[in-house]
Formats: sequence, C-alpha cells, structure tokens
Amino acid sequence: MPDRISLQVLRYRPEQEAEPTVQEFEVPCHKDWVVLDGLNYIKDRLDGSLTYRWSCRMGICGSCGMTVNGEPKLTCATFLSEYAPGPVQVAPLRNFPIIRDLVIEMGDFMRKLPEVKPWIIRKEEKPLAEGEYLQTPEQLDDYKQFSMCINCMLCYAACPVVGLDSHFLGPAAIALAQRYNLDSRDQGAAERLEVLSQHEGIWGCTFVGECTKVCPKNVDPAGAIQRYKLKATIEWLKSFFMPRGAR
Amino acid sequence: MNQQPNYTEHHPRWYRTRVSTYWWLEKPAYFLFILRELSSVFVAWFVVFLLMLVAAVTGGAESYRQFLAWAARPGVVALNVVSLLFVLLHTITWFNLAPQAMAVRFRGKRVPGIWIAGSNYAAWVIVSGVVLWLIVQ
Repeated sequence: MPDRISLQVLRYRPEQEAEPTVQEFEVPCHKDWVVLDGLNYIKDRLDGSLTYRWSCRMGICGSCGMTVNGEPKLTCATFLSEYAPGPVQVAPLRNFPIIRDLVIEMGDFMRKLPEVKPWIIRKEEKPLAEGEYLQTPEQLDDYKQFSMCINCMLCYAACPVVGLDSHFLGPAAIALAQRYNLDSRDQGAAERLEVLSQHEGIWGCTFVGECTKVCPKNVDPAGAIQRYKLKATIEWLKSFFMPRGAR
Repeated sequence: MNQQPNYTEHHPRWYRTRVSTYWWLEKPAYFLFILRELSSVFVAWFVVFLLMLVAAVTGGAESYRQFLAWAARPGVVALNVVSLLFVLLHTITWFNLAPQAMAVRFRGKRVPGIWIAGSNYAAWVIVSGVVLWLIVQ
C-alpha cells in the first residue's frame, strides 16, 4: 500500500469562480484512514478554506455524504486504502445545488420530509396512567429496517428520478413514511396515503433500485416504495369495489 | 425567531449541475435499468405476434400458411430473436426484484427473498413445461 494518496477534490468558491474546479491534494494513506480523515488532513494542514460537512465520524449523523469516485458514500465509512494507489475523486452529492466546495443545499429534502408526516400519529392519545404502548418483537421487526435511516441523502444522490423530476418525494422520505405506516402504534396511514399516492410520490419511482444499493444502513427504500405501490393499489381497488363500511 | 428564513430555490450563487440526456450511460446499473424499461416494448411485440398468430389460425389453413411464411422471413426471425433476449431480460430482472416488492410472512416470520424469487422461477418452469407439452401433443 502506498504511504500517500492523491485526493482530487471538487472546489466551488462562488465569490471567485462561476463553475466548480478540481484541486488535487496529497494526503497520507494510513490503513485506518477514511476519506473524511483525508479531508480533515487537508483542512488542518494544507488548505483551511476547504468546506464540507461532518460530525460523528461513525455513520450515525449522516452529514458526511459525498460522491467518491462517482459513487455516493459516507466519507467516514469509506477507506482511502480501498482506492489505492488513487487518485480518489471527491465531489458533493449529486442532484443537489452546491453552496460551496463539498457542501450541498438540502432545503429540498428538508421541505419534502415533513410532507409525509414522519412521526407517530394517534387519533386519540391514551392517558399516561395506562402506561406505554407495547409492541411485540414481530411488530418491531415490521418497521425496524426502515427506522435505521439517518437522512444522509445518499439515496437522493443515486436516484436518477430525483435528478430529472424535482417534485419527486424521493426514496428516504417514502421509506420513512413506511416506517411509521408499519408501526403498530401509528394510526396515520390514511393521512400519508394522500401525499404518497400522488404521481410525485410512489408512482414517480421507476424502481431503478440504486437507492437501496447505496444506502449505508441497509434501509432498502426501493423495497419500501414497491411495497407501498402494492398497498396503494389494493386500497384503490377497495375504495372502488367495496362499500365504505367494509374497507 | 418569528422571521421566516430567507430560503430561495433560485439562489444565484448556488451551482446546479444539469442532468445529462445520457445519464443512463453513466453507470452499468442505470444502463441495465433502461434496457429493462425498453424490454416492455418487446413484451408488447410478443403479445401482438401471438394475436396475429391466433387471427391467422382462425382465418383457415391458407391464412395460417401465409403467416408461417411471413414469420420465417429473416427480418421477422431476427426481430423475434432480439425480442426473446429482451423478454428473458425482462423476466429475470423482475423475478429477481420480486422479493423487494413483496414482504411475505409465514407463521410470524418473514419468508426469505430467495423463496419468493424461487417460487416465481418455479412457476415459470411449470407454465413453460405445460405450454411445451401442449405444443408437442
């Protein structure tokens, strides 16, 4: 393994340049260094103006998502040695506007997320004295996979539909809606159905499946969307053929 | 804190990359996806071909003979060979995706994906076998 590796980092300084440019840096290539360590080395020792987001360094906060050699990755979980002898290209996540260097503007995602009401909705809260809402391991198992989402937006960067249709709700928002729909404590599925069953909801998805492949937490948003398509179709058929009371 | 933050979707200093018309050539996975979408055209062609065959059969011996002669033309054979490849791609890719779209539970436990895909393949083999038996008979 080489002891140094080249990082080709996309720079965008809106006060200086109209378009992003690539700047190359040499960083140490230690066995236990991830791409984020390389970026921190640049920021600390080579160029303090390099701008990027990061926080936890352990795949929990979802801040450090970037495009590494063309693939959306959490840079805290992507080892430099995987790309030896290099070079390693680091760019911002695709399908989002770039604010500066590796920092993307995530307002679009932040506006879409609350549209699906990703929280537990109860028609009536039971009194505190009655205790907590109990769940069996099987009930937990129903939604647990979808609850692992850390909002890192790698799936938005991987999805061509997000890039082509800015109105599409996107993989993570729909997977999170499913997380609450499948929760035995939740009673809000009907409220979410309206948003999800629009063209810009589940029907915008053409099942490319890349969202699931890039997800660092194995959430499988593509699976969540296809299962919801099945459910929405059944609900539509029910509303068509069955009397109101029997639904 | 009551003031609305001044967010705008058209910030002049944000850099926006346009999605290329050829985005589907950027990754093998995207290309395979486009091929899978295109395969539906060839599935439709097989349906049309089958309907033409049925119409020829109901039209009597002469129209059936004419249909067979037309179907044996090199151009039609080539189209059908390409269509067969696309239909196979369509079938295999969708069968492999089926476990993602279906969460089947049996006695409280999730049925493994391989069983869902496997049952699709098994049904495919059985139906193909029945059709082959009907033709050979």
